[in-house]
Amino acid sequence: MLISAIAQGLLWAVLGIGIFTTYRILNFPDLTAEGSFPLGAAVAVTAIVNGLHPLLAMVLAFLAGMGAGLITGLLYTKGKVPVILSGILVMTGLHSVILYVMQRPNLSLLNFPRVYDVFDFLPAYFDRVVVGVIVLIAVISLLLFFFYTSLGQAYIATGDNETMARSFGIKTDRMKIIGLIFSNGIIALAGALIAQNNGYADVNGGAGVIVIGLASLIIGEVVFKDVTLGERLLSVVIGSIAYQLLLLGVIRLGFDTTYIRIYSASILAICLMIPQLRKGLRLGTLIGKEA
Amino acid sequence: MDTLLKLHQATKTIQNESDLDNTILDHLDLTIRKGDFVTVLGGNGAGKSTLFNSITGTSLLTSGTVTLSGQEVTNWQEEKRAKYISRVFQDPKMGTAPRMTVAENLLLALKRGKKRYILPRKLKEQRTRFEKICESIGNGLEKHLDTPTGHLSGGQRQSLSLLMATLTQPDLLLLDEHTAALDPKTSKKLMALTDQVIEENQLTCLMITHRMEDALVYGNRLIVMENGKIKLDLNKEEKAKLTLEDLFVLFEEEQVSPGI
Repeated sequence: MLISAIAQGLLWAVLGIGIFTTYRILNFPDLTAEGSFPLGAAVAVTAIVNGLHPLLAMVLAFLAGMGAGLITGLLYTKGKVPVILSGILVMTGLHSVILYVMQRPNLSLLNFPRVYDVFDFLPAYFDRVVVGVIVLIAVISLLLFFFYTSLGQAYIATGDNETMARSFGIKTDRMKIIGLIFSNGIIALAGALIAQNNGYADVNGGAGVIVIGLASLIIGEVVFKDVTLGERLLSVVIGSIAYQLLLLGVIRLGFDTTYIRIYSASILAICLMIPQLRKGLRLGTLIGKEA
Repeated sequence: MDTLLKLHQATKTIQNESDLDNTILDHLDLTIRKGDFVTVLGGNGAGKSTLFNSITGTSLLTSGTVTLSGQEVTNWQEEKRAKYISRVFQDPKMGTAPRMTVAENLLLALKRGKKRYILPRKLKEQRTRFEKICESIGNGLEKHLDTPTGHLSGGQRQSLSLLMATLTQPDLLLLDEHTAALDPKTSKKLMALTDQVIEENQLTCLMITHRMEDALVYGNRLIVMENGKIKLDLNKEEKAKLTLEDLFVLFEEEQVSPGI
């Protein structure tokens, strides 16, 4: 069970990283995630069922997610539609796209290969752990490389202070589009990984994923303060694993799994309120130093 | 001297809630020559900030033209004009990226108006240079190269903003009451630094100020704005004759004049 939760945490961490690149760096919430995640799942599963190699299927999922992000980005920057609404519009539209891709609301991977098969000589769940670690290393190193390029610095500055960024000639609209494209690509990749883990893709698979992604972010931030960008990305991974362990704990305590979403939401709500609770109760910090 | 910036019949109107046109800039003509250091005075709502925003491209004119070094830039976006124009804001928070360090901010400024590629940012190569520049302003900024600018004092942030704005010689420097948010002592220091930087780099500069003393002491030209127009435009000699009392009288007149 423990290894299963860790494996889940690693796979869901990919989603957390994807959300981080917009929510924390560009400083706006992107609701496209709830559409690009099941889109990635649908594209990957459909591709595998049609005989494509799981790795290639994941590349396709990544590209599909990038497409979704591009549309949100264009609506937001060129169409001047508020970013939350842009995300909701794309998320809503993607529902039909997913149905079109799968030609049905639910598609199973039963008896089809999965990316985890490469490591099937490992004990149960360890294949997930290995794949999760490999994908995370790849995604995090690429992001870190990007963040420390000239373009990446302009990207960070856009989220940090848009007025200033523009006054130094940074094309902030372009930065936002780039961010939304890659963020949703990564989120779709997470969808592809989770779908292969679950053995199916579902048109409604995106509901509530933002909460899961944000929970990993927030837990990571509550536990580790004042860290570098690289450490921050790692803290998202740790937060994601911690979140899965918390959920496991909740289930172990005998709570009915039918109502799992309210536990998810409650865990996130509590984590979000921790800074306020600390102030209110004048508790010292148990972990990390006070901001 | 060569003309650097020319505004011709610059007009900006916005519609307010009751659909009435509100004219903020009213057929304004302004020519700035290379090397001018112009101080800009004017009451609230005179159109000073709108004038700046029209020059930088933050907001576009309703009618009229903006010409920069002989090239018409009326419809250019702010990002494109940033190659030639830099700006220091009134609010110390506006000029820097708070989560990025002093050195990172300076590096961003170094690339003003240049293409930013997916290539390593090469911060280390610039460190000594940044240290030297920060040392030159004498408020200890060089010790904070790796501090996020959000942790700096207002004065330090504003002097950093000024450094950033002048790091790559801009054709035109716009200062928008950049000392107004600071305490008198810090404000005075920053103003002296500003004057020094402009002198050393022979920059062309427009400076909005609410401090009449500064408007008199600094610069070689003074303009006074009122109701979206230029009410008074004094050259170096005329400005030299002007006294603080003259300015006070001028602004008192404005206050009692009807329609404000």
